[in-house]
Amino acid sequence: MLGFVVRRVLLVIPTFIAIAFLTFIAIRLVPGDPIEVRTGERGISPERLAQFRHELGLDQPVWKQFLDYLWQLAHGNFGTSISTHAPVLTEFLTLFPATLELAISAMLFATILGIPAGVIAATRRGTFIDYTLMGAALTGFSMPIFWWGLLLVLFFSVNLGWTPVSGRIDLLYYFEPVTGFMLIDSWLSGEEGAFRSAVMHLILPAIVLGTIPLATIARMTRSAMLEILGEDYVRTARAKGLSPFRVVGFHALRNALIPVVTVIGLQVGALMAGAVLTEYIFSWPGIGTWLIESINRRDYPVLQGGILLVSGIVILINILVDLLYGVLNPRIRHAR
Amino acid sequence: MPADRTVTAAAPTVKAPPGPFVAFFRDFSENRAALVGLIILSLLVFVAIFANFLAPYSPYEQFRDFVRTPPAWAEGGNSAFLLGTDEIGRDMLSRLIFGARLSLFIGLSVVVASMAVGIVLGLVAAFAPGWPSIVIMRAMDVILSVPSLLLAIVIVAIIGPSLTNTIIAITVVYLPYYVRLVRASALQEKTRDYVTAARVGGAGTLRIMFKTVLPNCMAPIIVQAALTISNAILEAAALGFLGLGAQPPSPEWGAMLASAREFLQSAPWIVTEPGLAILITVLSINLVGDGLRDALDPKMRRS
Repeated sequence: MLGFVVRRVLLVIPTFIAIAFLTFIAIRLVPGDPIEVRTGERGISPERLAQFRHELGLDQPVWKQFLDYLWQLAHGNFGTSISTHAPVLTEFLTLFPATLELAISAMLFATILGIPAGVIAATRRGTFIDYTLMGAALTGFSMPIFWWGLLLVLFFSVNLGWTPVSGRIDLLYYFEPVTGFMLIDSWLSGEEGAFRSAVMHLILPAIVLGTIPLATIARMTRSAMLEILGEDYVRTARAKGLSPFRVVGFHALRNALIPVVTVIGLQVGALMAGAVLTEYIFSWPGIGTWLIESINRRDYPVLQGGILLVSGIVILINILVDLLYGVLNPRIRHAR
Repeated sequence: MPADRTVTAAAPTVKAPPGPFVAFFRDFSENRAALVGLIILSLLVFVAIFANFLAPYSPYEQFRDFVRTPPAWAEGGNSAFLLGTDEIGRDMLSRLIFGARLSLFIGLSVVVASMAVGIVLGLVAAFAPGWPSIVIMRAMDVILSVPSLLLAIVIVAIIGPSLTNTIIAITVVYLPYYVRLVRASALQEKTRDYVTAARVGGAGTLRIMFKTVLPNCMAPIIVQAALTISNAILEAAALGFLGLGAQPPSPEWGAMLASAREFLQSAPWIVTEPGLAILITVLSINLVGDGLRDALDPKMRRS
């Protein structure tokens, strides 16, 4: 098991270097002179130009620049934002909890509703309930979530006035972030109404981001359940007189969950992509908004560092899912 | 010989096993949802092809006296503009019709491009073990490890936002799926007896790759193609919505949503209609895709 973990983690390093290489090349393809962009000066004197080129390492050969870049990355230096002059890593770490909180809430929403929906559809196969649930799932799966978000805002925020339109919490609450998770921080602050406000701000974004994972999980659970329900041991469990609830809930579901967990894990990348759109709609101060703003400001170091960090996290989570898969499914663990 | 002729003429009366297309269509049309999807999709394709004749107005023409007219059935609607007009008085119906052309064009271009490149790279990876295979597959791993929309955003941010660049970016995003799929099924087919037979028969590697092995790998590729079209349409719309795809005044559905956002409250139809168009298109393609999967590949059958 340990050997497997080590091998799996070591394999990540070349992938990560390749992504670093691609972003490194990509930034050099961007039209516009990097020095002009950084200094905001035009008609710069040759001496100052040479000085800047030296400071930025642009007078070095390209391969040396790339090695320097990797060296910097290895030391946790992901560049400096042009617009805020803050280190990219610092900005990322400040904003990431907001995205993480949103993503976790969305996945909870998707899992809590998706697995029962899939189980119900599978046990009522071919009935009206099955068709309705799977029709809804396919609709959710086909949903342009940025539009879905706008519709929910129109209905629940604008027309009914139930939830706020944007942000993470009402402006009247202020407290020092402790964990970066607004739900926990607002709870810890003890301010009356703060926690409620944080929850109300989170509901719509979590639903929007959770919609496609919900549909995917429901479809996956249904097909996995259908396969398992045809197995001999399920028939045996039925034959020995177990209640249908025990058969479905304990014997079948536990085995059906193995592929479902994989699918949940594979959603992580899609979740990050969806977070960009969701955050953009709800002005959620997370990684997605940060990346889109960096494009609009032509803040390429942020884009470069941000993409690397996001990809790194997605890769790491995929490894964790692989490991979890081994824990859930002993057959795979022993095959290794 | 006359006798021979009578035999051949009589042959069709013997119940022959259905050809592959007949069998396929029988399986496909058993799935009523898929059939509905196919009908809607055909209508959309029809509308897209004949947009010039079907649209009542040009998608760019601005009727300054009819800015933000509600749809015809709503209060204050005007029967000249069935689905209303947008924030600068353009006919929504006409824009939606031309938008269908754009969206389907994007979806189709992405599929054709990523499928063509993916098939070549996948076959090369399967038939050239050693460094070509390693380079190709590792490159695909890299593409896969960046979340899809983020990768498209980065590509577009670098090469500039436009419709063509949207297509290029999304093609890159979907390439790995084809390469992996083609390589995996080609590796499996490669060991079959008919391939050995072809090789013994003197077929060159290129012929074996494209004529012998490829046709037998097509079923999962076609299923993937349906999925790619719908995802490509969604992602192109998302890029348009973020201002990184097709640029205004283009009637691309995502871009229409982006410029209409501020009218969510005062003129909701400007926002609801393009999104509904995206949803219906993607849903119908996904229905067809599910049907294709069930009909073409019994192993992947969902139920």
